[in-house]
Amino acid sequence: MKNNKDRQETGVSAANAKERPVREPLFHVVKRAQLPLWKSIGIRIVAIVAALLLCGIMCFFLLDINPLTFYKTMIEGSFGTERRLWKLFKDIAVLLCISLAVTPAFKMRFWNIGAEGQVLVGCLATVACMRSLGGILPEPLLIVVMLVAALLAGAIWGLIPAVFKAKWGTNETLFTLMMNYVATYLVAYFLIKWTPNGSSTLGRLEHGHLPKLLDNEYLLTIIVVALLTVAMFIYLKYTKQGYEISVVGESQKTAGYIGINVKTVIIRTMIISGALCGLAGLLIVGALDHSVTTESAGGQGFTAIMVSWLAKFDPFTMVLTAFLIVFLQQGADRISSIFNISNAFPSIITGIILFFIIGCEFFINYKVVFTRREGKK
Amino acid sequence: MFKKILSIALAIAMIASLCVVFASCDDEKKAPSKEDFKLGVILLHDEFSTYDLNFMNGINAAKEALGLTDAQVIFKKNIPESNACYEAACDLVDEGCNIIFADSFGHEDYMIKAAREFPDVEFCHATGTKAHTEGLENFHNAFAAIYQGRYLAGVAAGMKLNEMINAGDISAAEAKMGYVGAFTYAEVISGYTSFYLGAKSVCPSVTMDVQFTGSWYDETAEKTTALALIKGGCVLISQHADSMGAPTACEENGIPNVSYNGSTLEDCPETFIVSSRIDWSPYIQYIVNQVLEGEDIAVDWTGTIETGSVVLTDINTAVAAAGTVDKIAEVKEALKTGKLNVFDTATEGFITVKNGSALTTYKADVDTDAAFTPDTEVVKDGYFHESEYRSAPYFDVRIDGITLLNEDYGD
Repeated sequence: MKNNKDRQETGVSAANAKERPVREPLFHVVKRAQLPLWKSIGIRIVAIVAALLLCGIMCFFLLDINPLTFYKTMIEGSFGTERRLWKLFKDIAVLLCISLAVTPAFKMRFWNIGAEGQVLVGCLATVACMRSLGGILPEPLLIVVMLVAALLAGAIWGLIPAVFKAKWGTNETLFTLMMNYVATYLVAYFLIKWTPNGSSTLGRLEHGHLPKLLDNEYLLTIIVVALLTVAMFIYLKYTKQGYEISVVGESQKTAGYIGINVKTVIIRTMIISGALCGLAGLLIVGALDHSVTTESAGGQGFTAIMVSWLAKFDPFTMVLTAFLIVFLQQGADRISSIFNISNAFPSIITGIILFFIIGCEFFINYKVVFTRREGKK
Repeated sequence: MFKKILSIALAIAMIASLCVVFASCDDEKKAPSKEDFKLGVILLHDEFSTYDLNFMNGINAAKEALGLTDAQVIFKKNIPESNACYEAACDLVDEGCNIIFADSFGHEDYMIKAAREFPDVEFCHATGTKAHTEGLENFHNAFAAIYQGRYLAGVAAGMKLNEMINAGDISAAEAKMGYVGAFTYAEVISGYTSFYLGAKSVCPSVTMDVQFTGSWYDETAEKTTALALIKGGCVLISQHADSMGAPTACEENGIPNVSYNGSTLEDCPETFIVSSRIDWSPYIQYIVNQVLEGEDIAVDWTGTIETGSVVLTDINTAVAAAGTVDKIAEVKEALKTGKLNVFDTATEGFITVKNGSALTTYKADVDTDAAFTPDTEVVKDGYFHESEYRSAPYFDVRIDGITLLNEDYGD
């Protein structure tokens, strides 16, 4: 918060400096002071309403679909049946798990876009255990081994770019991105190895299914992620390590000056980040798919970045942003299915809504000042 | 703080709605009257994949023929081969579907999972292998004897090669075809082998290079693979992968192409010869009618030329050799009557393995098991009995004349 104000002041002084030249622009952008909460929420609501209106107009003119039917269908996608509601919670849980995983790294300003790969190796490690130890170890023990393997695999996938960053200052964005491809092809390689008939389709495995709670296959995932959300909130907010992460994120030099070992923090945080992605992999394989494909992470490693950023790295707000994204996706799928149109149009709608939501952050953080009014200021 | 309270309130609201949701789940059996009937379709990709488009075309044709309305056929596109398939199937059950059909090999286990849960709904799965051993009354596999269609397409290819040889463009020894394959899976092997045999039946000197992409759908890889084959001296290309990669590469280089899944004439007017495809309409009509009449659906259904499932698109006479249309009609008739067998092991020198030995015995893995154990003798009566013991192909013999360039999917 404090830092925010600092930046705001520098923003103003930069604007003042700009006033000196003879040619003046028609308007310029100034960083706002902290907006009252009701105002910032108000701006967000206006943005969402505007986005929905635009989408309604588009679907009326482009597809000749009644906008009300359109929205109704969209809502039905997540709330239409009991099963969809469960699926909504489950999908939120999985996405939230990955989002929570990337959050500490992002808070540290370590641009980890390798969650996709970290989840995938978690999936792969879990499947490897199920395949090789299923039927040999008793089920509870097998699940423990799967858990350890998934956490370890994800942690290693996070550790490698962190070590390179800490020791040699390599670019973590590229590095983690590349690690995604390595993970994808590693999965492809093992699928070929494991299926001598050449189909590269493993199929569902018999052993190592995570237990169903109350006869519901999603409940365990939902509860685990709910607990994880609280734990991550506490970790980031109230622990020494969480504080170190935010200091390193604000300024590595400051962190070094006050005696924080920046390298250790980077490496430790990425291990945590990777391990939690591995946990997501375990949940995907152990509780849902019972198998692995190169698509097991399904792009959620990237979507999670958006969830985390939109929520400004706050774990509880992430519940909302994850809900928003999953809701939009399920609604889009439903629309595509019901109106029998390609997925492209619903994706455009999702894009518009997200664009407005991200765009409105601009108006929350900045205001546009027209040159004429400058005297007033 | 407000945000936090809001989040918590929302979380509580969600949990509360979950509790409500635990309410009863009714199990009424749907009356299969035609007006109430619904078909659910699960597709791996969407209309941009030639593979899925072929299914959509077949299903829409069946819809027309049966007189079903748009609302009676629900498509779910882009469903991956994961628990998402099971979820999609359950959702279709909730929508009131009487039959649920899935189109991709990897959907099978998740369809079986759903079939176990909903014994009153019929689950039909294309390309799968497990229905005949699974013992479920409501789970069925289907495929077509597409190797016959590939053979016919191969005849067209062989005639094109003959035309090139006769025109002096290439020597008989240079009659080499290229084939872009997805995986070293029986469905692909059966396909390219029957294609090759079709060409060989009219052009005895033909050879073929096969290169695999290691993916069912990878436009870039399919295109570069086709280009590599062309550079390697292949004068005609065919493919078994689902994008437009290979046909496009052929059109850009003026190399004749025999396509799969549907006509590529519109995009490739200069090089497209013919395409074989499975027409899924007869099968869809069959399963819908069975359900409407309260009859059982076959556990494992194989479409043929006879059923109208194995078809060729119109031949592009601008590219195809003269007389192709008549020749294909003649061979088709011979296949129909059983006079001709694609995998003919009796004719000396037609199918040989390991540099010249005749194929006299082969055990195929018909009953899927975890260890992929070969279990059924399939060479008898002078031919390899493809798609007879189950609908999905199991011919995976490597025969002479075909060179696999990258069996490990490397470059």
